[in-house]
Amino acid sequence: MPERIIESFNIKRLDILDENGNEDESLMPSLSDSEIKRIYELLILSRTFDHHALSLQREGRMGTYASILGQEASQIGSAFAIERSDWIFPSFREMGVYITMGYPIHMLFQYWSGDERGMKCPDDLNIFPLCVPVGTQVPHAVGAAMAVKYKKDKAAAICYFGDGGTSKGDFHEGFNMAGVFKLPVVFICQNNQWAISVPREKQTASKTLAQKAFAYGFEGIQVDGNDVFAVYKATKEALDKARDGNGPTFIECFTYRMSDHTTADDATRYRSKEEVEAWKARDPVPRLKLFMEGNGLWTGQYQKEVEEKSRDMIDEAVKMAESIEPQNPKDMFAYTYGKLTSRQLRQMRDF
Amino acid sequence: MSQNSKKLNMVQAINLALKEEMQRDSSVVILGEDVGRDGGVFRVTEDLLELFGDERVIDTPLAESVIVGAAIGMAAYGLKPVAEIQFMGFIYPTIDQIFSHASRIRNRTRGRFTCPMVVRTPYGVGIKAPDLHSESTEALFCHMPGVKVVVPSSPYNAKGLLISSIRDPDPVIFLESTRLYRLIKEDVPEGEYTVPLDKARIVQEGKDVTVIAWGSMLHRTLQAVEEFDAEVIDLMTLSPLDEETIFKSVKKTGRVVIVHEAPKTCGFGAELSATIAEDAMLYLKAPLIRVTGYDIVMPLPKLEDYYMPTVERIKKRIEEAMKY
Repeated sequence: MPERIIESFNIKRLDILDENGNEDESLMPSLSDSEIKRIYELLILSRTFDHHALSLQREGRMGTYASILGQEASQIGSAFAIERSDWIFPSFREMGVYITMGYPIHMLFQYWSGDERGMKCPDDLNIFPLCVPVGTQVPHAVGAAMAVKYKKDKAAAICYFGDGGTSKGDFHEGFNMAGVFKLPVVFICQNNQWAISVPREKQTASKTLAQKAFAYGFEGIQVDGNDVFAVYKATKEALDKARDGNGPTFIECFTYRMSDHTTADDATRYRSKEEVEAWKARDPVPRLKLFMEGNGLWTGQYQKEVEEKSRDMIDEAVKMAESIEPQNPKDMFAYTYGKLTSRQLRQMRDF
Repeated sequence: MSQNSKKLNMVQAINLALKEEMQRDSSVVILGEDVGRDGGVFRVTEDLLELFGDERVIDTPLAESVIVGAAIGMAAYGLKPVAEIQFMGFIYPTIDQIFSHASRIRNRTRGRFTCPMVVRTPYGVGIKAPDLHSESTEALFCHMPGVKVVVPSSPYNAKGLLISSIRDPDPVIFLESTRLYRLIKEDVPEGEYTVPLDKARIVQEGKDVTVIAWGSMLHRTLQAVEEFDAEVIDLMTLSPLDEETIFKSVKKTGRVVIVHEAPKTCGFGAELSATIAEDAMLYLKAPLIRVTGYDIVMPLPKLEDYYMPTVERIKKRIEEAMKY
């Protein structure tokens, strides 16, 4: 008997908007002018947040922070496709997602300053607290998707992680389960090329991350993660597919972490200036600006207004975060269990 | 509500608790390896697939971390998942999910998301099983705030404790002794009753010595105390601990013997000893005594009988306490 090929696969790559702001019209997602402007404003707002967060950390007013610089298109583009009834399971580098979903910005500063109350998600949103142990949020999204399916809700779960996360067992266990049960979940990997100091090629021998979905029986696609239209389109289609009961999708957003891993890191120890410079040319923000300018949606005056408004919003949020009444030390105990234990009640007498 | 009783063993009692809770509350779902078609390797979930369908009795892929991790997502979404880990020796891959997420999601979100989940797992020596099928590492979970640890000792309390665990708003690790699964039968009422998760049980009253045990060790303890005027406490819930019942008894008897199957070092007996030493030391007439498994890797079946505290060992240590 001759050997036969019994399975083969192809991985699609989606690019819509190039670095010069030229779009592939045949692939453009359906977005109104005002939606495109809104996306641009969210990019600027998130970048302003990031910039302020880094400054606050340097001034000692905020704790260790994981910058999103360079990844804004992946975050805003994907989150712009999410409905408020969907459930979001973020990693620790997802401030653009929180901001796009309308999460109160002062609470984000509050959280990064070391106050748990910042992760008390408002009741009209379903965003899990940002996940610190890498990749361990994947099973949560899978479980939420199982619950969505069981309850026959018209919703999807969406899970964010990075290239490093794809090496974790929970990624593989979660993907496997999502495939087996054809669950309404969308997995978004921001492949930012670096897991702290370990480059993408040392994370996995796979040519793409997207192809990992193939092994679990569902579709994986790579998109230009610095192209907000490509990310939006892929996410929107994947979410619609999930809500329609057609199973999971894995989207690899090919992007770059322009900043250090966190404020506690120094990326110059392990990567070259040339590499960073090369990625600067692919920045997600200027290309959208060029597109908008070419379509009569951008002027210098508009830019000034957007920047001013973003600065005002962030300043206001910082002010709010810093003027919030401090927590009562007793709050440490209050949310361990639904009810305080007798031992906790005794320990609380210290305060 | 029907209160007919039937003589049931622990497997049947747990099965009945699951069945009744699933009938009562459509948000209760079961997931784990072989829990559906096979009814679980110990048949604890037998017939539930036929009764409730594969959306509620879910045979999962062989992957412990995602079983518990998915249960966390389900619980946060509003379901009440009961996850089964086939043996306690296989629970270790789930510790990241339990410690890093289940135990702290309430705190991390200031109550916005919670984790009303039960992780059932058979534990302990008893069925002449292969490596890692006889573990008794309950103390690991007792160390983690935000998690509750429940160990039934009889069919009656297994049913009542499991119902309480399913209804509890927090994650519960529910440990079922494999040795007890079919060892004893007792009257178990049909229909709803609960055994609270914050109360230990005085199994027999006595005035000379307090003997504390739980799960499988309770039965050997009861045999060992026959010649003594001993008060026997079945903790049932290890975390959170019912200190009051212990203190009250210790103040009365002045002598304490703690019996557990797990190794001695950092076993739950250490916590009990320290608790008693801190708050009831002045009532003690004799040193605290622990009768435990040895500080060794759990042996395979040929040696397991030497590992487990025997009735004789327990008796000898009670005699020691009585010398004071």
